[in-house]
This record gives sequence, C-alpha cells and structure tokens, in this order.
Amino acid sequence: MEQRTVGKVLIGNYEDLPVSLGKAVVVDDKELAVFRLSNGKVKAIENKCPHRGGVLSEGMVSGEHVFCPLHDWKINVSDGLVQAPDEGCVQTYKTTIEDNKVYVEITDQ
Amino acid sequence: MAKKKLVLIGNGMAGIRAIEEILQLLPDQFDITVFGKEPYPNYNRIQLSKVLQGDTEIKDITLNEWQWYEDNGILLYPGETVTKIDKQKQVVYTDKGKETAYDHLIIATGSNPFMLPLPGADKEGVTAFRDIEDCEKMIDASKNYKRAAVIGGGLLGLEAARGLLNLGMEVDVIHIADYLMERQLDHAAAELLQKELESQGMNFYLEKQTSEITGKKRVTGLKFKDGGAIPADLVVMAVGIKPNIALAQESGVEVNRGIVVNDHMETNIPNIYAVGECAEHREMVYGLVAPLYEQGQALAKQICGMNHQGYKGSVLSTQLKVSGVDVFSTGLINETADTKSIKVFDEWQNTYKKILVQNDKLTGAVLFGDTKEGTKLLSLIKKGANVQEYLESQQAGDDGESVVAAMSDEEIICGCNGVSKGTIVSAIKNDGLLTVEQVKGKTNASRSCGTCKNLVSDLLTDTLGDEYEADTKESICACTDLTRDEVVAEIKEKGLTYSKEVMNVLEWKTEEGCSKCKPALNYYLGMVYPQEHEDERESRFVNERLHANIQKDGTYSVVPRMYGGVTNAEDLRTIADVADKYDVGMIKLTGGQRIDLLGVKKEDLPDVWKDLGMPSGYAYGKSVRTVKTCVGAEFCRFGTQDSTGMGIQLEKKFEGLNTPHKVKMGVSACPRNCAEGGIKDVGVVGLDGVWEVYVGGNGGTDLRKAELLVKVKTQQEVLEYTAAFLQYYRENASYLERTSHYVERVGIEHVQEIVNDDQLRAELNARMDQALSVYQEPWSHVLESETTLKDLYQKVTAK
Ligand SMILES: Cc1cc2nc3c(=O)[nH]c(=O)nc-3n(C[C@H](O)[C@H](O)[C@H](O)COP(=O)(O)OP(=O)(O)OC[C@H]3O[C@@H](n4cnc5c(N)ncnc54)[C@H](O)[C@@H]3O)c2cc1C
Ligand code: SF4
Ligand code: FES
Repeated sequence: MEQRTVGKVLIGNYEDLPVSLGKAVVVDDKELAVFRLSNGKVKAIENKCPHRGGVLSEGMVSGEHVFCPLHDWKINVSDGLVQAPDEGCVQTYKTTIEDNKVYVEITDQ
Repeated sequence: MAKKKLVLIGNGMAGIRAIEEILQLLPDQFDITVFGKEPYPNYNRIQLSKVLQGDTEIKDITLNEWQWYEDNGILLYPGETVTKIDKQKQVVYTDKGKETAYDHLIIATGSNPFMLPLPGADKEGVTAFRDIEDCEKMIDASKNYKRAAVIGGGLLGLEAARGLLNLGMEVDVIHIADYLMERQLDHAAAELLQKELESQGMNFYLEKQTSEITGKKRVTGLKFKDGGAIPADLVVMAVGIKPNIALAQESGVEVNRGIVVNDHMETNIPNIYAVGECAEHREMVYGLVAPLYEQGQALAKQICGMNHQGYKGSVLSTQLKVSGVDVFSTGLINETADTKSIKVFDEWQNTYKKILVQNDKLTGAVLFGDTKEGTKLLSLIKKGANVQEYLESQQAGDDGESVVAAMSDEEIICGCNGVSKGTIVSAIKNDGLLTVEQVKGKTNASRSCGTCKNLVSDLLTDTLGDEYEADTKESICACTDLTRDEVVAEIKEKGLTYSKEVMNVLEWKTEEGCSKCKPALNYYLGMVYPQEHEDERESRFVNERLHANIQKDGTYSVVPRMYGGVTNAEDLRTIADVADKYDVGMIKLTGGQRIDLLGVKKEDLPDVWKDLGMPSGYAYGKSVRTVKTCVGAEFCRFGTQDSTGMGIQLEKKFEGLNTPHKVKMGVSACPRNCAEGGIKDVGVVGLDGVWEVYVGGNGGTDLRKAELLVKVKTQQEVLEYTAAFLQYYRENASYLERTSHYVERVGIEHVQEIVNDDQLRAELNARMDQALSVYQEPWSHVLESETTLKDLYQKVTAK
C-alpha cells in the first residue's frame, strides 16, 4: 500500500519562506506549492497546474493568486479555483503557523 | 406546478439563442435539456473563419461557457446525438441510449456541408468547412502539406482560402461560375474582389468543374471536366450546405427542403418546433445568423405563450470576413428591366458602390472597398425607404459627422443580432456601459460576426464623449486604465520607485497587479532609474528569476554565453563534461548559434553553472540574447569585413541589457547575409568599406523584414548607432513589444531622424552606458548569495 501521511506535517520555519514567492515542498509522495503572501498568510496547494501540469511554485504571485509559469493560468491559492476564462481547480491544503513553524495538514483521500 | 419539459436538439447558434430568449422572457419556468452532437458548449461558428485566419483561437469563440448551462439549470448532453423522436409519446432517444420526455421540442439541427459526390471524395485530405473539427483538420494539414484547393468561390470558400493562405499554404480556388460570389455580388464587384484576392496570393480557376479527386490513400490533386488537372494535398469543399432534416423526416415531421414551419415556428406536429438553418419558412431556408435569431425570438414568444406577430421572413445582407477586403451586399444585386441604379466606381481608391432602385424605393446594394454605408443601406432597404431619404441622409453624413451620429435610432447597427442604434445607446446610458465588451454582453451587438465592432465603438464615443476615449486607450492590463506612456510619465513625475508604490499611488484596481503589469512595471522602473532601481525578483517571470528556461516538464535549460557564436575546444570539453556529470536530457544547438543543455533539474542549476564557469547566455531573458555571426572575411571567400569580431564586440557591449522584449542580432560580412540579419532586431551587414545597420526584423511569429537604419564606416559607429537605437527602443516601446512591432508602429523614418541627430544620439548613448554600468553576471551572482540559493533553488522535503 502506498504511504500516506495524515495530519499535520512540519515544513519549516516561517522566515525561511521567501515573501511573495512560492516554494516547492515535498511531503512523501506529494509535491505542494507553498506561498508566503505579502499579507503574511501562508497558503499551500498541489504543485501542479490542472492545465498541463505547470509547476505552480514557480508562478508569479499576486495577492491571493498565482499565475502558472507555463501558460499563465490564474489560480486562487486559497480555494484552489482556476479563474475564468479557464476552468478547473487544484487541491488545497490547510496551513498553520505555530511558534514560527509552518505546518500543512495532509488529509487522507 | 411542475415545470414544463423543454428539449432542444442541436447545441448550435440558433437553438441556444432561442433558449436565451426564452430564459429572458420566462426564467425558471422550464426544465431544459439540450442534446448536442458536437462535444463543445455552444460556440460561434462564424468565427471559425477568423480562427483559420489566425485572428482568434478556438478557445476564444465559445458563446456560452459550460458554467452558463449550469447557472441556468440546463441539462446539457454534449457529444450526444438524438436518433429518434417518438411524436406520440413525446420522447426523444439518443445514440447513448438515453430517453427524455418533452412537452416542447425544438429541432435546431442546422445544416450539413454539401459534399460533391465526386470519385475520390472520400480520400484522406478532403474536408468541409463547417465545424471545429474541420478547422483543426485544416490547421493540421497546413503543417505537413503545401498545396490546398478550395472548391467553391462563395463566401465560405473564400474565407477558407484566406485562412489557408495565412497558414502558409498555396491556395487554388476552383469556382463553377464565371465570377466569384455570384449570389452576393455583381460582375463588377466580383472582379474587383478577385483582383484584390489575387494580390493577396490566391489563385483562381473560374468556370471549372471538378470531375475527380485523385490520389491513392490521400488526395494528390484534382481533375477538371475540361481535361485540366492541378496538384493538391488538401481539398476543401465549400459548395453549399443542406439543411439537416434526416431526424425530423424519419420521425414523421413534414419536410421539404428544410423542416417546414409556419410563422410561429411550429412544424406540422404538435409541440415540435424547428429553428435555424434546418427550418424552412415560406419556402426560404436561411444560412446566416440574422434571420435565425429573428426566428428564435418568435419561437421564444410562442413557447412562452406570449402574443406575437410571428416571424415574417428576413432581408439578408452579407459581408466577407477576409482582412483587407471589404465587401457588402444586400437585397437585389443584379439589374432587371424595371430597376434603376446609382453607381459610383472610384478607380483611384478602388471602391465600388451600386444601389438598385425600383419604383423610387431602395431594393438592393453592393459595396466594395468601402462598406461603411452597409448597415445604413440595410436598414433603409428593410423598411422599404424611398431613394430620397437615402440621398438626404448621405448629405447629412457628409458634414464630417460620424456615420453613427447621422443614423436614426431605428437603424440597425448589428445586422447579425438585429440590434438598433437606439437599443445600444439606451443600454450605454441606462446601464453605464463603457466598453464594446460590455455592450456585447448586454445587447448582443457584435457578438456574432463582429464586423460591427467599429460602429459600436463609435456609438460609445458618441454617447459618452471623452469618458469613452479614456477607456479605449490601451491600458497596460486590466488592473489599470492608464496606458504605458501615462504610467512611465507618472513614474518620472512623481518619482515612484518600486512597483507596489506605483500601484498604490496610481490607484491600481488590484492590490498586487497581475502577471502582465508586474513584470512591465519592474521593467519601466529599471529603465527610468537604471542605477537606483532594485530589481524585484517576485515581479520576474520564472525564467528571468531563475536565469534558466523552464521546460514543459518543470526542468530547465542552460545556455552558456558564447560571444558571437565562437567557441573553442576547451569550452566544448567543459560543456561535454558538465553534460555527462548532470545527465542532461539533450544537447542542442540553438537558432542563435549557441549550445543548449536541456533537462537540468532546478536544484542542479547552481552546480551546473559553477562547473561550467561561463557567463549566462541569457537565452531566457527579455534582454539582448545572441549575436549570430557569419564566418566573415577571415575565412569566407566572399567576406569583406570582420563579422565575427563585430558580433563579439556587440555582444560584449550589450550583454545583460534589459529590453522590453528579447533582442536578437546578426552580423554578416557580405550581402549574402548568412547570419540572417534581415530577420533580426538588429542586423548588421558588412560591405566593402561600409557597414549597414538594419533594425526591426523578426523571424518568428510575425515575420518582418528589417529596415535599413543607417550606413556607417567604422565598427565604432556600428556600436554607437546600435546603442542609440536600442536605448530609444528601451525608452519608448511598451513592455513585450518587439522591435519589429515598435518600428512598424512609429515608422523607420522617425527612428532614423532620432538616431541621426548627433546630439540625441550622444544623449542616448550616455543613458545606454548608464544602463549597462549596473550589469552583473547573474550566474556567478547567484552562486555568491546564500540567501538566493536557499530562497530560489533549494527544494524543501518535509520529514
Ligand atoms: C466558416 C463559417 C463562417 C460563417 N460566417 C458567417 C457570417 O459571417 N455571418 C453569418 O450570419 N453566418 C455565417 N455562417 C453561418 C452560421 O454559422 C450559421 O448560419 C449558424 O451557425 C446556423 O445555426 P444553427 O443553430 O441553425 O446550426 P448550427 O450552428 O450548425 O447548430 C446545429 C447543431 O446541431 C447539432 N446536431 C445536428 N443534428 C443533431 C442531432 N440529431 N442531435 C444532436 N445534435 C445535433 C450539430 O452538430 C450542430 O452543432 C458561417 C458558417 C461557417 C461554417
Ligand atoms: S555572409 Fe557573406 S561573408 Fe558572411 S559567410 Fe555568408 S557569404 Fe561569407
Ligand atoms: S500548465 Fe498551467 S497554464 Fe498551462
């Protein structure tokens, strides 16, 4: 059976995340794109554009959105929704910050 | 009360429009189910011509998004064909075994393209021009084949032919009549049209009947009745359409040429209606959307149980959607015994106008070259106006007033959708509309063939005055209404220094901009303050942030600098070793004479650079890329100048310069131009004692020949003029505007005037030197910075 992590996973220190940029984080068999937004929040989504699999962690970040580096799809990093005119969504992961440490919650699904 | 069940067969333009009308009249009253044979949401078939001509893309011609069906509670079965109607039980059956009962059934199955039953018509490479699939087939064929033959010189055939030309094919048009578009044009207009199209590169065979399509599996040519033959590896049949009535006929609905309907769009079977190209009304079958939309309106009222006059038939007008050709016709087109005509033929401007008058009433018109009067003539003819009214309106129009200002409120602006000037103006006023896009959303005007866009825009100007002017300027992106020039002016005037500040002070509509304005602002700031501006890495597109080119699989490519395309054995050995060590996917020579290492993992980039020990080749940047050179005087028997030396100097000087878009250069040592300077942003050609500098060429998306900027004597002058040109381009072009577009826009004469002015040239050179003074070799810079390495290149693995 493939390995599954359920629950909170520590992914590093808050300051280690670059501001207004994404960071690819590997958690077992998953790759997440973690964004530290300019408003201080940290968001995590799956690191794969629903269009052609672009690496979202390398996208340009604006507010709550990331623009895929391959063909510029615009994706909301909070709810995972692809913005019109394109369509689709990516998996989102809940993040928490405690004592300057960033955790993501991986759910079993 | 249970909702009535409304079923639509055919997810096309007419059927869906009827549904839209119904939803407007009585929202929430019906359970609507739509079956569509094609696997897409309703799209604008008309725009297929523009897709083929490259003006738009398939993804942009959708009329109703999937979401629209959902929002309106419509059950859509795309890719599903209705195969049977049981008119007694009021049930339809599909090819996927579904059964759906109806209270009202609308048949809107459109037409099928008519395929000539020629021997060989079933070969590979023979297609119609009707749907997305056909369109894709043609686009694919153009990639592998060269010669297209279009059978049919009507509207559709000519639009297809123009599209195929744009796709780079050689195009023959075979037409059975002795002149083109004989159903819409008279002889005179058709000849003008033919001449124009010939000058665009089309080749015509008139009065030719095809007798056979030749070839084995795939078509290789056509044979004509009169014995002639031509080669072809794509054949497009555009000889007409026939209403798609098979389903109705088999189900016992009365058909003639089309499905017979009365003024209420009812067939002879209770609760079954037909609309669109498949319907026959008063012995007329239509093939344009305007009448189909009128039918849809009548049908909607009928189904919603409203009182209405019914559909009475339509006056048609046609326009050809081929860029650079304006043709319009409506009503009667050829003279008869009892018509008189007003004819104006202006050979100088190549325009032709013919208006037919019968018993003092306007009955038809043909326009070529200038079709501005088309909509006016159409509405006059529709209402059966007197010729006097037309002549008076013409005088009014001559007073320099805009065409739309002179129109009356009832005049139709959008022929396809039957939207009048009055409707648009009141929508603009009442709903506060500001853009053509908004008018389209509200009134449907310009939603179909799009030819009336200019009129709609004129109406906006007319109605809103300056307010609209402000809105039509091309803003940087949707985040602001300001243009590039305004933003740059504000940056200078207000001394704005970083992107967020610009967005803040200039009241951006979004807090942090988007992928368009972020990099643009970062560029403008760097251009205005070359020494002070701190480059914003988060505003850089990934390639420029990481100094490598992202590939589709998320790996990167690495191109080391190789000045002038000249290398040596030692460097080649190093490159080979690095390629082995990091297991690169492919080693490839680029179009700019460099070596590309593809498939490098992001984490490996810094080590790859360290091991290479060479500067970045900037193959990823909006920046001076490469200077391609020919071997030149040192080795070539034709060479007159040291082209490699010149190229190396250019490349060393401009290395790392940020520019609005990429800049490619080429230097050759004789007019044979082996380095292809004619299609470079800057192309230098050495002649005996002279260097020619060409600018504004492009070998990519928009092929453009570079134009001569200046002829000079020395290498020093080449550097100086090139610097002046590039700096002027840096300061004035919009971000992402290639030199080819920029030079095209402002004109080479303008650029020449600037760079030939000694003082201006000196100033431009001084500012260029400033810009160049801050260059830092990016790869070594990354290697020196622990934080950059950590922030950008290291992957995190959670434990
Ligand atoms: C390239 C091109 C350019 C054109 N340019 C212009 C122009 O400039 N101006 C203009 O006015 N008109 C133009 N037209 C014509 C215009 O597109 C048509 O008149 C219009 O689309 C007809 O609408 P419709 O709904 O009757 O048929 P369609 O749009 O063809 O829709 C019918 C739909 O029903 C589906 N269908 C058929 N049978 C079944 C079944 N049994 N079950 C389920 N689905 C079924 C079909 O697959 C099709 O999708 C152009 C057409 C083409 C092809
Ligand atoms: S451009 Fe002229 S000099 Fe240069 S390689 Fe070609 S032929 Fe020789
Ligand atoms: S892969 Fe993301 S936009 Fe194409």
